[in-house]
Amino acid sequence: MLVGIYIIAALGLNLITGVCGQLTFGHAAFLSIGAYTAAILTRDFHMPFLASLILGGLMAALFGVLLGIPVLKLTGDYLGIATLGFGEIVRVAFTNMKITGGAIGLAAIPRASNLINVTVFVILAVVAMVLLENSRFGRALRAIREDEIAAGAMGINTMWYKIQAFGIGCFLAGISGGFYAHLLQYLNPNDFGFLKSFEILNFVVLGGLGSIPGTIVGTTVLTLAPEFLRFVQEYRMMIYGLLLVLMMIFRPNGLLGGVNFRRLLRRRKQKAAAISG
Amino acid sequence: MNLSGSTRNLSLEVAMLLQQIINGLTLGATYALIALGYTMVYGIIQLINFAHGDIYMIGAFIGVAVVAIFHQNFFLTLATAMLACVILGVTIERVAYRPLRRAPRLNLLITTIGVSIFLETFMTVLKGPQPTGFPTVLKNVTLRVGELEFSSIQLVILLVSLVLMVGLQIIIKYTKIGKAMRAASEDYDTASLMGININRVISFTFAIGSALAAAGGVLVGIYFNSVSPYMGVTAGLKAFVAAVLGGIGNIPGAMLGGLLLGLAEVFGVAAGFSTYKDAIAFTLLIIILLVRPTGLLGRPIQRKV
Repeated sequence: MLVGIYIIAALGLNLITGVCGQLTFGHAAFLSIGAYTAAILTRDFHMPFLASLILGGLMAALFGVLLGIPVLKLTGDYLGIATLGFGEIVRVAFTNMKITGGAIGLAAIPRASNLINVTVFVILAVVAMVLLENSRFGRALRAIREDEIAAGAMGINTMWYKIQAFGIGCFLAGISGGFYAHLLQYLNPNDFGFLKSFEILNFVVLGGLGSIPGTIVGTTVLTLAPEFLRFVQEYRMMIYGLLLVLMMIFRPNGLLGGVNFRRLLRRRKQKAAAISG
Repeated sequence: MNLSGSTRNLSLEVAMLLQQIINGLTLGATYALIALGYTMVYGIIQLINFAHGDIYMIGAFIGVAVVAIFHQNFFLTLATAMLACVILGVTIERVAYRPLRRAPRLNLLITTIGVSIFLETFMTVLKGPQPTGFPTVLKNVTLRVGELEFSSIQLVILLVSLVLMVGLQIIIKYTKIGKAMRAASEDYDTASLMGININRVISFTFAIGSALAAAGGVLVGIYFNSVSPYMGVTAGLKAFVAAVLGGIGNIPGAMLGGLLLGLAEVFGVAAGFSTYKDAIAFTLLIIILLVRPTGLLGRPIQRKV
């Protein structure tokens, strides 16, 4: 189930960083915004789960857009740094706010995530992402990723598309956060720091930046792997760090990066036609 | 001398102000030492080396080890830590970063984070995640100047940092390798066409940066009497902010940024924001990125098509 939750968040990040090429290191902050919003709504205001989930997502998207407007002017590294800073500010803010329980965290959140509603949302998210990727919107985003100046010269309003991508990505993060809160039933602001953002980034990069099936594979592998590596628990993170470095050196495109499924299928059809024809 | 009540109070306030300034400069000097490493590496290969903060951490631990196991004096401890981290930094560069020299930016960043995680967990496995104290190697004497009170350790930190930074400036300005570093940060490809051995320059840059960070680590370890495997995370992040503040890629900028950040943090805490202490750095970061992204001393970058 955790896999499903992370897939939703990772798909959001994939949209922003993989498809649109905007480096963001603060994704976990939006997860936390969505998580806390949804948790407070269900716990203190007794709203139905679905409503608070969506509202959590919208809140995250709102902050995404608010952050994006000034910050998406920046390019590459600077954008990454700024989003990193924002992520940390959110973390410190949540650690100090009374409504979020401060450093002790927010507890006694009702359990509302179950396999069914998580799966439904995963499917919805994947379908949405696939539709977006193959639409005019997706093409615009990819144009921005490839060469922002050229895209602008081609008449694409880069700021507008970047903000939209950011907003959608953060919405997904917020939803994911809401599920996370209602699964773990406890939230601690320190869970959502840079390390978590980085974890999600790794899911996407491992699977292949910009690839939807890749994101799903990457998330699944990296979320389930620690379970299998439990016997080396102490050295787990060391192996993880090492693995990252090795992967970057030897297979930087990720497991499924650069693999175009449609091309594969077409080639199979061609082969089949050639054999029978 | 019989001072009237009001002038007495005024001198007390001035003294407190100066006190905080000294605290801020001390803290800032340590940030500056780390920031210099970030900024030098970025200047040449445009890489934000997230593992840099962990070199600072390892420097601190080596300092602890040298004092605890070999009972050496301060200067030898400092020198050993610096040397060890030079070796570490250069090795990391050779093994993890050089193969990716031509790779897309994101991959390099991820690699640095991977190295960072590796170093942190390595230390955790070795020493445990709890902070360790720094065994006494310097006598902490409280010095008084008028109403001011500061510790001798602060003085040591300021002096050592000053010496190191001046040393760095001398290297950059007056030596051949310094010139090569400046050339490489100006224009990487042309520098290599001019016959500069870029690999050597980059290794040297990492070496100096690591040495400075190690010094910072030892000094901070002594000052706060605490070292922990994760001390590099916050310090590294803040030092990075300091580098950006001064203009990333700009060496005097990193020094200035470090000092400013130290002062801002100390004054922020004094003003009552102590729980938001860590957020001060990041708020400054976002402000500077929005207002003047190339930093206080940086040159505006032109985007070429």
